[in-house]
Amino acid sequence: MARIEVVMPQMGESIAEGTIVKWHKNIGEAVRKDEILLEISTDKVDSEIPSPAAGILVEIVAKEQATVAVQTVIAYLETDATSAAGQIASGQIHPGANADTTSSAAGAAMNADAPAPTAAPALAPQAPPADAPLPRGRFYSPLVLSIARTEQVSMEELEQIPGSGEGGRVTKKDILGYVNARKSGQVAPVASRGPEAVSSTAPGAAASRPPAGPASAKAPLVRGQGDQVIPMTNVQQKMAQHMVASIQTSPHVAAVHEVDMTVIVKHRSDHAAAFERSEGFKLTYTPYIIDAVVRAIKKYPLINASVEGTSIVRKSAINIGMAVASENGLIVPVIKHAEEKSLLGIARAVHDLAERTRARKLMPEDIQGGTFTISNYGVFGTVFGTPIINQPQIAILGTGAIVKRPVVINDAIAIRSIAYFTMSFDHRVVDGMLGGMFMDSIVKNLEGFDAGSEIK
Amino acid sequence: MAVMTYIEALSRGMWEEMERDPSVFLIGEDIGAYGGAFKATKGFLERFGQERVIDATLSEAAIVGASVGAALLGMRPVAEMQFADFVTCGFNQMVVNAAKTHYRWHLPVPMVLRLPTGGYIHGGPYHSTSPEAWFFHVPGLKIVAPSTPRDAKGLMKAAIRDDNPVIVLEFKYLYRRIKGEVPEDDSVTPIGVGEIRREGDDLAVITYGSTVHFALEAAERLSQQEGIEATILDLRSLAPFDRDLVRHVVQRTGKALVVHEDHLTGGVGAEIAAWIAEEMFTSLDAPVRRIGAADVPVPFAPPLEEAVLPNAAGIHAAMLDLARY
Repeated sequence: MARIEVVMPQMGESIAEGTIVKWHKNIGEAVRKDEILLEISTDKVDSEIPSPAAGILVEIVAKEQATVAVQTVIAYLETDATSAAGQIASGQIHPGANADTTSSAAGAAMNADAPAPTAAPALAPQAPPADAPLPRGRFYSPLVLSIARTEQVSMEELEQIPGSGEGGRVTKKDILGYVNARKSGQVAPVASRGPEAVSSTAPGAAASRPPAGPASAKAPLVRGQGDQVIPMTNVQQKMAQHMVASIQTSPHVAAVHEVDMTVIVKHRSDHAAAFERSEGFKLTYTPYIIDAVVRAIKKYPLINASVEGTSIVRKSAINIGMAVASENGLIVPVIKHAEEKSLLGIARAVHDLAERTRARKLMPEDIQGGTFTISNYGVFGTVFGTPIINQPQIAILGTGAIVKRPVVINDAIAIRSIAYFTMSFDHRVVDGMLGGMFMDSIVKNLEGFDAGSEIK
Repeated sequence: MAVMTYIEALSRGMWEEMERDPSVFLIGEDIGAYGGAFKATKGFLERFGQERVIDATLSEAAIVGASVGAALLGMRPVAEMQFADFVTCGFNQMVVNAAKTHYRWHLPVPMVLRLPTGGYIHGGPYHSTSPEAWFFHVPGLKIVAPSTPRDAKGLMKAAIRDDNPVIVLEFKYLYRRIKGEVPEDDSVTPIGVGEIRREGDDLAVITYGSTVHFALEAAERLSQQEGIEATILDLRSLAPFDRDLVRHVVQRTGKALVVHEDHLTGGVGAEIAAWIAEEMFTSLDAPVRRIGAADVPVPFAPPLEEAVLPNAAGIHAAMLDLARY
């Protein structure tokens, strides 16, 4: 007899909302307790959510792609089959909340330790600016929303209805007119937000818009035979939005420095075997680079900052984000309080995060709070790139492939392991002097690494 | 049917009830030989005699207090204030004794208090008061507010027959300004039941008393000039007010404008607007709006009075705004 609420779970202390990625059950289907009921995404972490009880899914309040606050009711289960049948008959798919796009973290698509190749965002085609933004924030009266619910008008459809009210507000008449037009076949309901959903619309209504990102280019849709339409995943959509937003927010300037990594290469190869025996995973260059960056940030703490309005907020903690490619797309887990960690501690944290990223076991907190990001695109052979800043940070370091090159040392030609490091920085607040000195500090930390030191 | 003025209809209602029920009597200042400040009781003394048409001393406290006492002893007094403004002197008798006696002792107080109400008559600050909000707040009192001759008679009769203390708001502006058909039979207008004066789907105006007529005027103009059709709900009773009908018109239109002659702040309209927002939030296509008098005493000078009190032009503008929202 009981009607049970299914709420958007709190996936982490600081998580305020989540997006419904997929409902694993349809209305009318039975679900066991703890059986996977739906998949949600909070920023970049997808989680499968088990059913809180056994019952029949009788009502979906928040549709797929809807973003709702935690603890918001997203569906109802009915434990009594007879009662469930009645509830289903009465119609129940609610338009749900705005499919929203509020997340902020983004990173250059780079890879720290992952073997899987991935597109490097720094080199990815520049996303064209999004079409005119969706009319988010448009006010809908309680009546319009209740009509939308009763008539099963989705939020996407609602957003397309031209408003005749003051300031373009959708009035009762507008939505009722739309509903009537839809009933008489003049308007096709919008099926999805996917790029293929360019449905016919009422006169004056805008066509369905895909989310910001490469797919939203205004160019006419031309498809050849055999072309494949691949809807972007949630993570891909967010990545697209983040990239565009970052470019629009920060004037990017890139500074490239050459680093002699010979000492590091030797140190790593000297310790690789013993390290793997004792730790159970491979020693990579990433911990060395992070360690060098952290020490440089301690010297130039203004790099570890954010812009808030007309203020610069210098962050006390040094939380290093490292871009990791995963099947799911680019993810940037964060090593918290890297300033408190030894080289070994950093190595362990890097390994843990990379593993959990690939296993899709990251918690939302794992990708939050970054203050500086490193993108190691060198593993794909990229010599140098110009990464995109991971907002709201103000700088990102891209590390190119380590290649043996002839270089001049003391007027003699020597063979050394050389890499090009690029830092893209936000020229609103970082000038060339600070950027250059900071980079020089990283270079000195790496080149001056104590070859005789133990990893501890 | 007979065509009569608003005040004639009120008189007619009292007359019929006095003919019907010997326990009904009138009390007030100058209501006998003089026939009342507005002549509502002209001819009553001759017909019903001094025992039932009592010229009272110049004390509203005494008039209301005597009415409460007589009602407790089984009579049905109909007390007149010369102007609603003066009821403050009888306020304690009304809100303490009349309103609470039944609650405290189970004794009914079947009295009527007639309050010649409101402005638009160039009466100045001491003769233009709208007193309804003072009493609307008090449990135990009923308040009726007729806007037509038919309801003036019908509600007067209903008030006299009711076993509760009932306040009849008599809108002075309407006394001799409007005429209408009034049934000559014994029909009454039930207390607590509103009436739709005009049908329309675009917005609803919820009002009572004098402003019903301004709202109707504004609605006609809106219909002719803009093609906007408004529902006009005449509440007729304020305590209790017809919640079912308010719900109906708000759900029909999704837009509500509450209008009264009384001051805006803390007025009856505030309660109605709040109730609509609480109960019908998901039916609202626009914020509930209110129109009332400016929060200043009603001025004497005609142009100032006109500026302070609601009028058809102001209601029209608010309706148009709301319709366009």
